Amino acid sequence: MLSRTKRDPWFAILRPLSGRRGTLLYVVSFLLPLAAWSAVSYLPFLWHPMVCVTEPGGVSWFKPGLLVERTAFEKENARALEAGKTAASGRRANPVFLPAPHEVARALYTAFTTKPVLRGDVWLHESLWRSVQTIFWGFLLSSVVGIPLGILCGSYAVWSRVSEPVIDFIRYMPAPAFGALAVAVLGISDAPKIAIIFIGTFFQQVLVVANTIRRVDPSLLEAAQTLGARGRRLVTKVIVPAKISELYTDTRILLGWAWTYLIVAEVVGVSSGITYFINQQAKYRNFDNVYAAIVIIGLLGLGTDQFLAFVGRRLFPWENPRPSRLRTFFVRLFAGREVLLFPGSSEEEAKA
Amino acid sequence: MSAAEAPDYRRQSPAVAERFRQLKQRPVVLTVDRLTRRFSRPDGSEVTALENLSFVAHRREFLCILGPSGCGKSTLLRLLAGLDQPTSGRVLLDDREVSEPGPERGVVFQGYTLFPWLTVKQNVMFGLKIGGSGNDQADAEARQWLELVGLAKFADSYPSQLSGGMKQRVAIARALANNPRILLMDEPFGALDAQTRAQMQRHLLQIWRNVDITVLFITHDLDEALYLADRILVLKANPGRLDELIEVPVPRPRRPEQFGSPEFLAAKAHIEELIHPKIAPPTDSLPFIRFTQVGDDVE
Repeated sequence: MLSRTKRDPWFAILRPLSGRRGTLLYVVSFLLPLAAWSAVSYLPFLWHPMVCVTEPGGVSWFKPGLLVERTAFEKENARALEAGKTAASGRRANPVFLPAPHEVARALYTAFTTKPVLRGDVWLHESLWRSVQTIFWGFLLSSVVGIPLGILCGSYAVWSRVSEPVIDFIRYMPAPAFGALAVAVLGISDAPKIAIIFIGTFFQQVLVVANTIRRVDPSLLEAAQTLGARGRRLVTKVIVPAKISELYTDTRILLGWAWTYLIVAEVVGVSSGITYFINQQAKYRNFDNVYAAIVIIGLLGLGTDQFLAFVGRRLFPWENPRPSRLRTFFVRLFAGREVLLFPGSSEEEAKA
Repeated sequence: MSAAEAPDYRRQSPAVAERFRQLKQRPVVLTVDRLTRRFSRPDGSEVTALENLSFVAHRREFLCILGPSGCGKSTLLRLLAGLDQPTSGRVLLDDREVSEPGPERGVVFQGYTLFPWLTVKQNVMFGLKIGGSGNDQADAEARQWLELVGLAKFADSYPSQLSGGMKQRVAIARALANNPRILLMDEPFGALDAQTRAQMQRHLLQIWRNVDITVLFITHDLDEALYLADRILVLKANPGRLDELIEVPVPRPRRPEQFGSPEFLAAKAHIEELIHPKIAPPTDSLPFIRFTQVGDDVE
């Protein structure tokens, strides 16, 4: 074990970790915050600034289950004892907004099974589905217009000059600022929410895509020109394919941005989707449900991203050709050998 | 071997002389006519990369362009390829003036420039499909060209899976697939190790003999030029201009053993003198500063 550590150290600059270590650290990166959260929740001496009343004793306004600050609890108890009444008892607790991990874990299940409290309230899965739809349409609309425009801007200086300055200008306006306007124009249904997501992603998307396109290797363009390609075909046959996998990664990153705009978009007009669920649950002080909903958003985002990464590896096989290592090994092996093109003619040459 | 002992590089055996006589009777494919290219620097001054260069290349000739760095070799290639415009002068291919890149001039760059998202075969098909060939026809032709460069087995590999020498063979096949009149090669083997380079030189000669193509090969490697070329165009630097056009007196077919032949050495000694003048200018030598103890001389 010692010699192994010596051979490949954990901290090596610009060197990838082995597969096992990579997986281990992946798990650790989730376990660390979870451990901190558990420590704060389950070790009473770490934080627990409140007291949960179990026996009200002689304090008139205490009720079982009430959360009181520790100083207030002690003061009230002292006053009760002075007045000759029995002291209240309680256990130390965290504030209501910090439920313990197991409570959130339970809520991850119960949130789906709990009936909505009010008429008109929606189930969690309905909220989620509505949010996913909002994101999908907003992001799809943005991509359908933004990616082609970005490709044009990156390829042709004319398009870049005529559109990028104004896009750069609008980009600095926060998308929520358009909320009221979007409602006025598009009504209170889902349309203004989709519009906010569109505004939030579109302008970034054009610039990001244009920048990626501009980084195309000029020698590939020159090579294509010497092979007879010109004009529009240079864009469709060289520039776009050369950058398609990077564009895919850009899109994945931008999809993450779209999720951050979701919460803003959903409070525009009539609150809806997962945001509405979170707000309602916070009102009822069901913070375990609030956390559960936030965790679900994170899981959805991470899941989508990992799925897209997985799809990407199959869409762009040249990025990571499979079966890579073995194949490359054989290719290199043969490369070192003399390959006779015309064995006959080379014998003649040797004789001559 | 010093220049004084070597036989005259201009003396050619009857067979070689006959070869050159025939070569010059073949039609001219490429004419470079008083070609000049100046670049303006940001401070407003001008640099002349290439000045008043004229030469011709005959059909199926192997012409090497040799010169020190800064002699405008790559500028010349870019002008011939149509990737750059001359300040004055003209480039004619089959009596038609060159003004933009085109498939009748194949180019092989030092940096391979294969399309990484296409397989080896698709790379070779690229020019054919741009030129309007159908998928099946392009596929069949690409296979033939890959056969020619000995890479038929790797038709479905991606360029990233190939070694440098193999990539360059794909690049040659890709350029040849367009049936160009001339193949322009810009130090194509410069990035390869010595062994692979020697192997590639043999391959290239073989390909050249089997295809109706004129090759214009840029290099700074004297041995490479002597091994490959019919004629060598030696350029001088600052500004880049013609120094001498040398007919290589080594008979064909070329073999590595000829590296020691008297004709080879004679031509080599002469060109070496052209490229590296005997007396180095004083500005070129390092000042005498020493950081080590006296008495432990290593040279």
